[in-house]
Amino acid sequence: MAVASISVSETPLVLYTLRLADDALILGHRLSEWCGHAPILEEDMALANMGLDLLGQARELYSYAAKVEAKGNDEDKLAYLRDVRQYRNLLLLEQPNGDFAQTMARQFFYSAFADLYWRAMMKSGDATLAAVAAKSEKESAYHLRHSSEWMVRLGDGTAESHARAQAAIDHLWAFTGEMFCTDAGERGLVDAGISVDPASLRSQWLRTVADVVGEATLDLPSSGWMQQGGRDGRHSEHLGHLLSELQSMQRTFPGAVW
Amino acid sequence: MTALFSDAELRQHAWNTAATVVDPEIPVLTIADLGVLRDVTIRDGQVEVAITPTYSGCPAMNMIGLEIELALEREGFRNSKVRTVLSPAWTTDWMSQEGRRKLREYGIAPPQAAGSRRALFGVQQVTCPQCGSEDTEVLSEFGSTSCKALWRCKSCREPFDYFKCH
Repeated sequence: MAVASISVSETPLVLYTLRLADDALILGHRLSEWCGHAPILEEDMALANMGLDLLGQARELYSYAAKVEAKGNDEDKLAYLRDVRQYRNLLLLEQPNGDFAQTMARQFFYSAFADLYWRAMMKSGDATLAAVAAKSEKESAYHLRHSSEWMVRLGDGTAESHARAQAAIDHLWAFTGEMFCTDAGERGLVDAGISVDPASLRSQWLRTVADVVGEATLDLPSSGWMQQGGRDGRHSEHLGHLLSELQSMQRTFPGAVW
Repeated sequence: MTALFSDAELRQHAWNTAATVVDPEIPVLTIADLGVLRDVTIRDGQVEVAITPTYSGCPAMNMIGLEIELALEREGFRNSKVRTVLSPAWTTDWMSQEGRRKLREYGIAPPQAAGSRRALFGVQQVTCPQCGSEDTEVLSEFGSTSCKALWRCKSCREPFDYFKCH
């Protein structure tokens, strides 16, 4: 890699905004990997469309993080010039696409959370985050509907699709707990009315997820041990590979523009 | 220019000019029809235009911003600025009646009134823009642009775009 990573002054608000931005960018990138490979043309467009929504959300959030940090970074530098340990996304979202069922289960778990989270964040005392939330909330609701329909179609489909959907849920379940965790810095933002405590959304999330999974004739794993680390930059081996592709152009030709 | 026209006159002319810019992906709709054009202000003779994206990732925004600057330039407004505002969040409720009519004539079903968006498995009824039949079905929740879904009329058998309620 030809160009060095930037350093970021992670005040609680910068760190928090980066976590949200990284979530959107990494899941959006994963969805973009389906482009041209989805099982049907309609789904190819759907995955790309959802990826585009997430990329738009990421851009707004990175721009805001750069503005709050005020150290000369911008949305592109934050996306392209941080290394894997500086990324703060949820482990769930960096997991490989796997088969179509795994992609949909990941989308479903996250969208069910994002829908609640952004709706709650519309009341944030931070005007920019509240504005991003008001846009993202509508988009997340649509993503949730789409992925819910697929969970039912796969789960209540053929023996093969049922088995694959169940395997996807079982595999990804351990990554869902991280969505509801906060650290001391984030709790300070919750107390200040800037962010919301995701733990307060967990029972509602579980209800939505259980409803759809039940309708899909699938089973939820019994809540067990949950994997964490993404919020602090401790990632699975998959994120580095994703970033090497996402960042290769800017790392090789620094400052390249269209 | 500033000596000849009041700020109110300049603003009106700048608004009218910006309002002629069309959506590059749905060229029958102007940004005013869409509700994307939010505000025009004049400060020291310079125009600032505020636009809002339909969807967070709408790739037409850069193009629209450029088209606004070019249209203003042609009318003699130099160094105009276009800024993007997110709040309040864009909604299809802002689409003008004129815009809805133009969409239908273009072959795109206009957005239905908001309301059932929250329903996870909600039933939507969309009228075919070709033949007016209500016997239609969704082919894909997502279409050729962020703001559209793909539908089919079971009466005239034509597929059509539906401008999603948002």
